[in-house]
Amino acid sequence: MKRFLVVMMVVLCFTVSAFGAERIRCASTTSTQNSGLFDHILPVFEKKAGIKVDVVAVGTGAAIEIGKRGDADVLFVHAKELELKAVAEGFFINRHDVMYNDFVIIGPSNDAAFVKGIKKAVDAFKKISVSGSPFVSRGDKSGTHTKELSLWKSAGITPKGQAWYLEAGQGMAKTQRIADEKRGYTLTDRGTWLATVDKDKLDMKIVLEGDEILFNQYGVMAVNPDKHKHVKIKEAMEFVNWLISKDGQAAIADFKNKNGNKLFYPNAK
Amino acid sequence: MEYIASGFYHALQLILKLDSELLGIIFLSLKVSGAALVLAALIGIPLGALLSLKKFPMRSAAVSLLNTFMGLPPVVVGLFLYLLLSRSGSLGFMSLLYTPYAMMIAQTVLSLPIVASLTYAAVSSVNPVIRMAARTLGANNYQTAVAIIREARMGIMAAVIAAFGRVIAEVGAILIVGGNIAGLTRVMTTAIAMETDKGNFELALALGIILLSLSLLINTALHLIQNNKDVRSQIEGD
Repeated sequence: MKRFLVVMMVVLCFTVSAFGAERIRCASTTSTQNSGLFDHILPVFEKKAGIKVDVVAVGTGAAIEIGKRGDADVLFVHAKELELKAVAEGFFINRHDVMYNDFVIIGPSNDAAFVKGIKKAVDAFKKISVSGSPFVSRGDKSGTHTKELSLWKSAGITPKGQAWYLEAGQGMAKTQRIADEKRGYTLTDRGTWLATVDKDKLDMKIVLEGDEILFNQYGVMAVNPDKHKHVKIKEAMEFVNWLISKDGQAAIADFKNKNGNKLFYPNAK
Repeated sequence: MEYIASGFYHALQLILKLDSELLGIIFLSLKVSGAALVLAALIGIPLGALLSLKKFPMRSAAVSLLNTFMGLPPVVVGLFLYLLLSRSGSLGFMSLLYTPYAMMIAQTVLSLPIVASLTYAAVSSVNPVIRMAARTLGANNYQTAVAIIREARMGIMAAVIAAFGRVIAEVGAILIVGGNIAGLTRVMTTAIAMETDKGNFELALALGIILLSLSLLINTALHLIQNNKDVRSQIEGD
């Protein structure tokens, strides 16, 4: 028994350690982290500013909620309407456009619903809804999911509860794999698609791209210090200002994923 | 199948290379789960023993509750603790969210019912003759309890081992309260979940193999301690 206690005390001693250095917390999305963008741009910023950025990658919905509760200093997400709404409600300040990528509609390589050739995403959704082919939704309140829901709304269709509408509740790569298994269609971001199509051996192809409505804007904003006294607004603003500066924009433009694909296009004003 | 073979190959490569990032992740996993286990044992063993040795009203209800808590869904525990530790939560002033400490708390909550409940079972199944013998030899309440708990040590060790299995493999709760922050709160299980999300199946599998190997090592050590005690007690004749 004594020996047991000694072993335990030793383990406990190991667990006590300190965390120093200036750091801010950035709530962001899985798509940004999993693409490798942060691994590319954060070291550049950290070296220049001497501020370490801790990234918590969740869905856009969760990221905004985390920010509203004051559990982050800065947000880097992609659901412009939700962002602007939260800014209007006073939770965040200094929101800026940072970069964009675009959404594409992908489907089985035989394109069973004959979507290819359609120009407008809304029309494509209408066609899929009556084709009998499944549509796999993220169903997780992510930026991609928000975009998808707005497209259904524009198409005047209520997909929830329909037999052909599957809500995955998972990340983009997993949702794509489910769509592949089900021979269905899904809305994905080009970054995830390019990064995973070969690796996951997806028997799928892009059936619609280039519609302006599929524009995916990423924005950055700081948590309002009037709402949460403890946030590191000075450091957060340094990060925001760097992202939209010439240096930050160049770092984003520089980034290519490991397959050599350019995923994000800087467009800060 | 191809993935599994290359997963093993990849794992071997990772172990041979053993870069500082991987070492940090492994170390943090052991630190978080180890601390949680120590806390759970320090609270859970006395609690389980007390439940078994002390008669009080509603005891069987308490035991049922404890047994139910053995099945606590990690995500629910994670969410509950997130809301509690969040800056807008009642314990927000402690700034514990997204630190290893938050992860330790989460895993303590998850493993405590296992330690307590299995300790209760182990102590309850000690032969009643022991209690009577201790009493006859003039032991007071405390001495009797110690004698019974000593007798139950194999079962208590099993409780600790079961709890270790729960925490070292756990991902749902620590992902929510830890945030999987690189170099700060990223552990083996959250790294595996992330790499799976990225579609890096080989790397994820390799990390899984390393985690399992570590578990095997630690369980072997725990088993040795368990057996060693058993042998020693026979020689000492207690």
